[in-house]
This record gives sequence, C-alpha cells and structure tokens, in this order.
Amino acid sequence: MDLSNMRVRSNQLHLAAVMKYRRQLSLFVITLLIIVLFMITSPRVFLRPNIYLSFLTTVPFVGVMALGITVVLVTGEIDLSFPAVMAFSGYVFATLYELTGSVLLGLVGCIATGGMAGLCNGLLITKIGIPSIVVTLGMQFLLRGSTHVLAAGFQKVLRGVVDRPLYAIFVGKVGGVVPAQALWFAFLAVCMWLLLFRHKFGDHVLFVGDNENTARMMGINVDRTKILVFVLMGVLAAFAGLLDSMRMRTWWPTMGEGYMMTTFATVFVGGTSMFGGEGTILGTFIGAFLIGSLEAGIVAAGLTGFWTQFIYGLIILIAVTLHAVFRRREGI
Amino acid sequence: MNTSLIRMENIHKDFGKVHALRGVDFEVRPNEVIGLIGDNGAGKSTLIKILSGVFPYTKGKIEIKGQRISPRQYSATKAHKMGIETVYQEQALGLKQSLWRNIFLGRQLTNRAGFIQMKKVRSETDYIMKDFLGFTGGGVSPDSRVSTLSGGERQGVAIGRAMYFEADLIILDEPTRALSVKEVNKVLGFIQQVKDRGKSCVYISHTISNIYSVSDRFVVMDRGKTVGRYNRTDISEKDLTDELIHHSATAELAEQRKRLNSKRDK
Repeated sequence: MDLSNMRVRSNQLHLAAVMKYRRQLSLFVITLLIIVLFMITSPRVFLRPNIYLSFLTTVPFVGVMALGITVVLVTGEIDLSFPAVMAFSGYVFATLYELTGSVLLGLVGCIATGGMAGLCNGLLITKIGIPSIVVTLGMQFLLRGSTHVLAAGFQKVLRGVVDRPLYAIFVGKVGGVVPAQALWFAFLAVCMWLLLFRHKFGDHVLFVGDNENTARMMGINVDRTKILVFVLMGVLAAFAGLLDSMRMRTWWPTMGEGYMMTTFATVFVGGTSMFGGEGTILGTFIGAFLIGSLEAGIVAAGLTGFWTQFIYGLIILIAVTLHAVFRRREGI
Repeated sequence: MNTSLIRMENIHKDFGKVHALRGVDFEVRPNEVIGLIGDNGAGKSTLIKILSGVFPYTKGKIEIKGQRISPRQYSATKAHKMGIETVYQEQALGLKQSLWRNIFLGRQLTNRAGFIQMKKVRSETDYIMKDFLGFTGGGVSPDSRVSTLSGGERQGVAIGRAMYFEADLIILDEPTRALSVKEVNKVLGFIQQVKDRGKSCVYISHTISNIYSVSDRFVVMDRGKTVGRYNRTDISEKDLTDELIHHSATAELAEQRKRLNSKRDK
C-alpha cells in the first residue's frame, strides 16, 4: 500500500520534471530530428563519428559565451561587446605568452582583462545610467579598434604552446578522443546553472531582471548585481578567447567576428527571452549544439553557403515562435 | 509606561513648496488594526512612506517601540530591521519567479557558500502557505510562479512573507484596489490572521466597508492633518462614511475657492 503510494508519488515527480523542462526536452528532440535529417541527406558525413567530434571541437567557443549572454539577458540587459572582449583578451594572452613563455601568466592576464572590460561596461551602465546596448556597442568598437591598433593587423603564432601541460588541460584530447574544451563547456554550464538557480546571487539576478523595483524594495543591491554579471560575461568571453587561441595555436586580430550572431541565435533558440527575469542554461547548452550542427549539416548536404543563412533564419524563427507560444500557455 | 508600538508626533513633510504633511500625530499600539482613511491627496501615502523609511521627514518626532528615531539614519532597511513591513499592491513581488523565491528574497536560507537550501526553503514556503495563509490544494505549490496566482493571493504572499519574518507592524497600502469581491474577502481574512497572531496592522483604503469590518480604530486624514480618531465601538459605518464625505466636500470647496482667488488675482 505504502509502496504503491510512493510509486504514484515518484511518477508524479517525474511528470512534474517533464513538464518543467518540456521546452528544453522539445528542443533536444528537435536537435535530434535535425541530425537525423542530416543523416538522410548526407549519410557519408553524419553516420561517421568524426563530424560529432568536430562539433565538440568548435561549439564550445560560442557555447561558453552563450552561457554568459544567457545570464546577461536574465538581468534584462544585453552585451554586444563580447566578441571584441574575446579578441582583446586573447591578444593580452598571446602577448604575455610571447614575452614570458608562461601560459599561466597569459591566462591570468587574459581573464583579468576580460573582467576589467566587463567592469567598465557594468559601471557605465549602472553608475552613469547609459543603456547597456549603447555602452557595449561603444565598447565593441573601442576594443576591436584597440586590438587592431596594438597588433597592427598581424596575427601571433603561439610557438611551443602545444607542449605545455595547460594546453592539454584546456584544448587537449581527453582519452585521445574527446576535446577538452567540450568538457570545459559542460563544466561551465553546470556552474552557471548552479549559480543562476541555486545560489543567492542567481536569485538576485532573476529578480533584478524581473522587476528592478521589487529587488530594490527587498534590499537587493541592483547595481552591484548588474556589474558582477557584466564582469562574469567579460571573464567568459576572455576564456573563450584563450581556448580559441590555444586550439589554433595562433591568435588573430579578427577573432570573434562572426560569433556575435551565432551566440545570440544559440541563446534565443535555447529559449531565453529578451524580457529578463527568466532564462535557461540547459536550453543554451542544447541550442549551442543545434546551431553548431546546422552549418556543417547544410554544407555537407551539398547546399551552397547562401542557404546556410536562410536555413539558420528559418530554424531560429520556428524555435522562438514555439518558445513564445509555450511561454504564453504557462502564463508568464 | 509606554505602550505604543509607533508614536509619530507633529510630523511635517514638505516637497519643495508643497506642504504634504502639516503636523500629523499618529499612534499604533500593539495588536491593533488601524484603518487609515482620507481622500486622495490627504497625505496617507506620504505618512506611510515616512513610517516605512522611504521618505525622510522634514520636522517632527518618531518613536518605534519607545526608541527615538533620527530621520537621517532611518531607511527602508532599518524599518525592516525594526519589524515594520510595508505591502504595496503587487510591487514587491517578482511575477515570473516562484513562490519560494519571492518569500525568501533578500533573506535567503543558504549554506556558507551562498547556495540555497532547497529542501528547507520549499518546506518553509509550504508551511507559510498552509498555516499562515490557509492555501489548501488548488494546484498551488512552492514552485508555482506568482503570475499564476490571483490578485488577492498575491497580496496574501506579501502579507505571509511579512508575518513569517516576524513583523510587528504590517502596513497595507490600498491592498484591495482592483480586486474582485471574493479576492477582497481573502485579503480581509489575511488581515484578521495578522491580528490573531498578536501583530499590528495599518490598513489604508478608500473603501470604508472593507476597512470598517477589520479595524479596531480609524484615523481620518485631510489635507496633511489628522482630523479625526474613532474607536469602532464609538462610530457606525454610516457615520464614518459621512465623516469622510464631509472632509472630501470641504476639501473640494477649499480647492475651488483657491482656484477662484487665483483667477481673480490674475
């Protein structure tokens, strides 16, 4: 009797979990369907493991930044400067490595630079009161420009970086197969989920994005919360720059260009809204692989690059429409 | 012996040239519900905002639990610490967030690293909803979003939160505006709960019939002054309504006279 009650209860719990994550689940199913479609259109590519390993190699760079953008959007703000932060921090990493030969020193400088850029964004947004879209647009140009000026347009080859232990830790192949950056992406996704949904700080982020007045009346330091979110974004962009430079064993001044749109596509397809106060880390994680597989799939299917953007657009619009419909039903 | 919870004496508040409050005396004793009534612009909300630490006051004296408050040090946070909670209509809730997040916002139960203790938070929310508020079933759980609750239930969450954190005085600013009759009754029930737990409440409303049924005393304000104090036992609902209408009418007359005068001056 008791046992059967417990079973009913646990079934209810399962059902509740399914309902709670149904948007993410449907997204996951859609991603699988798209991959199955690609398996049919180009079996030679999609029935072999290589293509999936290549996703694991390339998706994490956009993915790591998409995690940060998810948190920024939950705050009700936006950041357009992250591709430039990625390039600029990458430059700091490459330069420090070049000068000292130390990966660790480069790493510290790179992350600190990203954090500083985020701090500047956050201070201008909260203390001066400029909208984040304006501040970060300016920061995007400023940092991209600085990068070009400092590097004088040249790339930097990271000689000997392959032999460093930190190379193996960040972008090596775990077990000779799995790219380490994919594990970093998964690890950071778990951290971001814990931070946003299980930590006091995340609670503040959610309320600041939901209703700033409420947050303020309940004694939340709104400015500090926003500043920290932008610092976090800067740090994640810098980390992406570090990973990308290491993987290519080269830093180049146009790094991050073209990542802006894919990053936002990832986050929106994942189901995070523009309106703040809510977001999904799991959705972003799945979305990164969905967006990442699209381009490869379209090209492998024999369609020209022109089709890539068309199909991108189609998938994104379908996904965000579905999210909006679900959201309305949930009464948000 | 000092038996008042709150004692405000000769409170003045100027907004530039406008004298919003002109010498208000206001007192709240332990375990009583006060109905604060008056027309628009009488100064009710200004008085409440001073009491809850949102506005500093220009002149006067405030004592909370016998302790003199200095206007410079008083703030919304200080008010919370001294056991005064204000419930504004819907404003202090995050609608997209769950009940448990709303109830513990700013006072989260966390471990040392700042991670929320989920089990505890959920069970405490359940306790607040069932024991304080009398929510039974109805598909509402600690994980429900506030946006799925009715207007009256939302007020209930805000009141429940205040009670849970042991507020001695809960101020409700127009809590029943824009609510249906059934929802209004829920809110009145919550106010009764506050009183049953030995706490005090200041209830501001335009609707005398609501205020009359739950209040022990009434304070009538008019143009920045307190103009009447009544115990419920001493005044009927009709007389109280007449009193309010009388003040509104004289206020209107005064306003008209002022307008005429200024026209003549031109």
